[in-house]
Amino acid sequence: MKNRVFYLLFLLLLPLGTLLAQSTGGSSNYFVYGILAIAVILFLGLIVQVSDNLLAIEAKRVGADKTGTNFSIFPRLNELLAPKAPAYTEGHTVIRTQRGFDIKLEGEAIKTIDSSVQANTFALQPRNFHGMSPIPKVEVEPRQQVKAGDVLFYDKRYPEIKYVAPVSGEIVAVNRAEKRAIKEVVILADKNMQYREVPAFNLDGSSREELVNFLAEYGAWPLLTQRPFDVVPGLKDVPRDIFISTFDSAPLAPDLNFVVEGRGNHFQKGLDVLSKLTPGRIYLGLDARGEKAPSTVFTKAEGVEQYWFNGKHPVGNVGIQIHHINPIRPQDKVWVLNVQDVITLGALFTERRFNAERVVVLTGAELKQPVYVRTYLGANIGELVKNNLKNDHVRLISGDVLSGKTKSEADFLNFHDDQITVIEEGDDYVLFGWLTPRLVPSVSPALPSFLFPNIQFKANTNTNGEERAFVVTGQYEAVLPMDIYPQHLFKAILANDFEKMEGLGIHELSEEDVALCEFVCTSKQPLQEILREGLDAVHAES
Amino acid sequence: MKQTILDLFKRLEPKKGTIAHTAYDAFFTFAFTPNEVTHNGVHVRDGMDLKRTMVQVVIAMQLCYIFGTYNIGHQHFVAIGQYTEFFAGFHLKLVYGFIQLLPIWVVTHAVGLGIEFFYAFKRKHAVEEGFLVSGALIPLIMPPDIPLWILTLSIAFAVIIGKEAFGGTGMNILNIALLARVFVFFAYPTYISGDEVWVSGIEKVNGQYISDTYGWAHHLFDWIFKGFGWTSFGEGGLAAIDGYSGATPLSLGAAGGWEAISSRYTPAEMWWGTIPGSIGETSKPFIILGALYLIFINIASWRVMVSMVLGLITMGLIFNAWGWSPFMEVPWYYHFYMGSFLFAMAFMATDPVTAASTTRGKWIYGFFIGVLGLVIRVINPAYPEGWMLAILFMNVFAPLIDHFVIQANIRRRLKRAKASV
Repeated sequence: MKNRVFYLLFLLLLPLGTLLAQSTGGSSNYFVYGILAIAVILFLGLIVQVSDNLLAIEAKRVGADKTGTNFSIFPRLNELLAPKAPAYTEGHTVIRTQRGFDIKLEGEAIKTIDSSVQANTFALQPRNFHGMSPIPKVEVEPRQQVKAGDVLFYDKRYPEIKYVAPVSGEIVAVNRAEKRAIKEVVILADKNMQYREVPAFNLDGSSREELVNFLAEYGAWPLLTQRPFDVVPGLKDVPRDIFISTFDSAPLAPDLNFVVEGRGNHFQKGLDVLSKLTPGRIYLGLDARGEKAPSTVFTKAEGVEQYWFNGKHPVGNVGIQIHHINPIRPQDKVWVLNVQDVITLGALFTERRFNAERVVVLTGAELKQPVYVRTYLGANIGELVKNNLKNDHVRLISGDVLSGKTKSEADFLNFHDDQITVIEEGDDYVLFGWLTPRLVPSVSPALPSFLFPNIQFKANTNTNGEERAFVVTGQYEAVLPMDIYPQHLFKAILANDFEKMEGLGIHELSEEDVALCEFVCTSKQPLQEILREGLDAVHAES
Repeated sequence: MKQTILDLFKRLEPKKGTIAHTAYDAFFTFAFTPNEVTHNGVHVRDGMDLKRTMVQVVIAMQLCYIFGTYNIGHQHFVAIGQYTEFFAGFHLKLVYGFIQLLPIWVVTHAVGLGIEFFYAFKRKHAVEEGFLVSGALIPLIMPPDIPLWILTLSIAFAVIIGKEAFGGTGMNILNIALLARVFVFFAYPTYISGDEVWVSGIEKVNGQYISDTYGWAHHLFDWIFKGFGWTSFGEGGLAAIDGYSGATPLSLGAAGGWEAISSRYTPAEMWWGTIPGSIGETSKPFIILGALYLIFINIASWRVMVSMVLGLITMGLIFNAWGWSPFMEVPWYYHFYMGSFLFAMAFMATDPVTAASTTRGKWIYGFFIGVLGLVIRVINPAYPEGWMLAILFMNVFAPLIDHFVIQANIRRRLKRAKASV
């Protein structure tokens, strides 16, 4: 570094010497003085630049650059151009992701809970848990009465981890799918909920092992998700850190500030419990997008490290936040939880019962009245949207339009989902659909949608084209705010190149993170499916 | 209306598994976006598909097409000393160019799409849209007088060896359109270099330049023009003007530097494109408009374009400083006026399949095209223009550039993995 500076200085002085030699003729020396002045300014600039670089290097050495703070004395271009951060983030660093896209859809829910909407049947679906054996050991039989928190089934390979009933009532069916795999265990809920009694647990006086066994026995363990691979962690697994995103940036996603209302004490208790499970930290990703500050449940949470995020979807995805806070390395295990899962976990200690209450948002253009409802985990979808559908040619989705799963009216909400989206099925032909300026959601200025940034689309499920080989490049990177080359990663997965998959960071990704890449994909490739194949292959390998 | 066309199509549908069905499917999906719905992944898909992407590129070329057609006629008439004003004899020039261009366009698409349909049938997949752009590009980079049988051979070579052998659209290593042209260039050098090919319908007979006699198509239009009382083609076979030569600025530059070029063409002529050359490459403003459109709709990579310009400027300045031959002393900014640099930049180097695929890689890729292309243009006297070879050369190196960029990413991650918390 030093040598290079001297070399540059030498180069700078070389022409000066010749100039001085020539100017001894006695004519005007203003030119030489001018050059000298420029050289001095350049030299000073050089010193400033070098010290600035040294500052950045020092910041990197101590690891402080990960916070996204600008350690340079010069403002960054995006700092100058970026809109002013909202007032409530004052004094905090806001991580601003530049890449991403918000799909604006019709059918946003009003922020009230419609108590007239009630589901009566609930189900727990073994297939919601990646890596679980297809035929778990079912502990209950049809017509048997269960209380909320009673064990329904467990994986034979990990019998200590219990999967428990979200509600009390009568088991009405144990439905099977192909090859006798258990599809779901269905419970007809009681009017008055009965809870399995949970003994008091002394959080401070117990060892980690006792806590782990307690959580596994009383059904709270499956609330945890381990990254990489999105699996239920083993009882011996110790996470490096635990990450919780307190906002959802997906299309029509629920407002978690509203969801958490009145349940702040459970949430804080859940955080306290989690802090006993990891030697690392609990990270909370906070929403700096809106004008209003997020709920104090999140901003005033204790025992956690808070990071503020601003940007477009997928900024609310916990995977993106992990990448910006402290990326997952191949040897790492981190845990992630949804906000309502933390609440259920906390309620196990505050209320001493398995309280799987969920505030679920019903959204989408095909609903008469998009609204929030209060129900329990795994509610029946048909019952929740009853009398609310505009027509019957619709797609019911458990989750959002990007990473949710297709369901029928007889199906149930997935374990971690707190949203139902209903959109129109798009099985219709469009005359010259590839040429006409159609108003459909798109990132591309080749469609007129970009002229109307605030329009809410009534999107349907048409693929808008056929599947093709990868042609366009740079498209995925533009919507994935991570230091990852997604297209090369997908190609590595398709080629079964394990070394490259790991090298390109497959363990940092989850399906929801690449869902937006799949949305924008010109070649209509099934990217989430490809990624899951890769994750499963790497998981099986390790 | 829509239902009627849909019913008509459905009634025509041939048996599945035949080549006729492959062709039917291609035309059906051309008329209608299929009724496929999403499954197992995202539920909503972006409105952009490959068809729209490709067609947008073709749209960006349309101004070049219009100008190229007219310029074929204009150059022809200038050579025989008629209608030397640019807008004089407008209908004649347009029709002359059209008659010259249409067979090239038709043959390109008939051969290229025919091969695509056949391979799509063989491989049992839908016809992919890759050739839409290649087929639109190829006529623009050919000399106006190209014999159709050479064109046929070159396209067959490019599509079969260059694309289908590698697995079809999205799998090729080399740019298809350039491969077609490089085939003509090396297999039939006399047809694509030298001074005669750049102006249409002028032959050298016994050391004298004579224009061809007009054919039946021209006579047909003559009949129409006479009906309107307009000027007509006549019989043809006129002698070219004294001192005529169809030399392009580049061949002049190689021989005598900027002096030789400027003695024959003004910079304005070169800028507006009223000079001999390949059909679509001459008009700089229209190419720039096309390039800006492609950048605006986010289909072509502006990084490749900008870095290519930077590469050319860098090399141009070096040559200016060096000044070893008269061509090297041509001021660097005039290199933008001559030859096909801008066309190659806008439509050739930015082909996403053959260019580098990483952001950083694109900068390197474009820059080296700019540097190498100018080196070939200026130093190598055997090749009149450098961009074709430079782009093909860098096409080969694009995967290597990507490899290094990706290795850097992998190493970064590895370093993080090794670092203690």
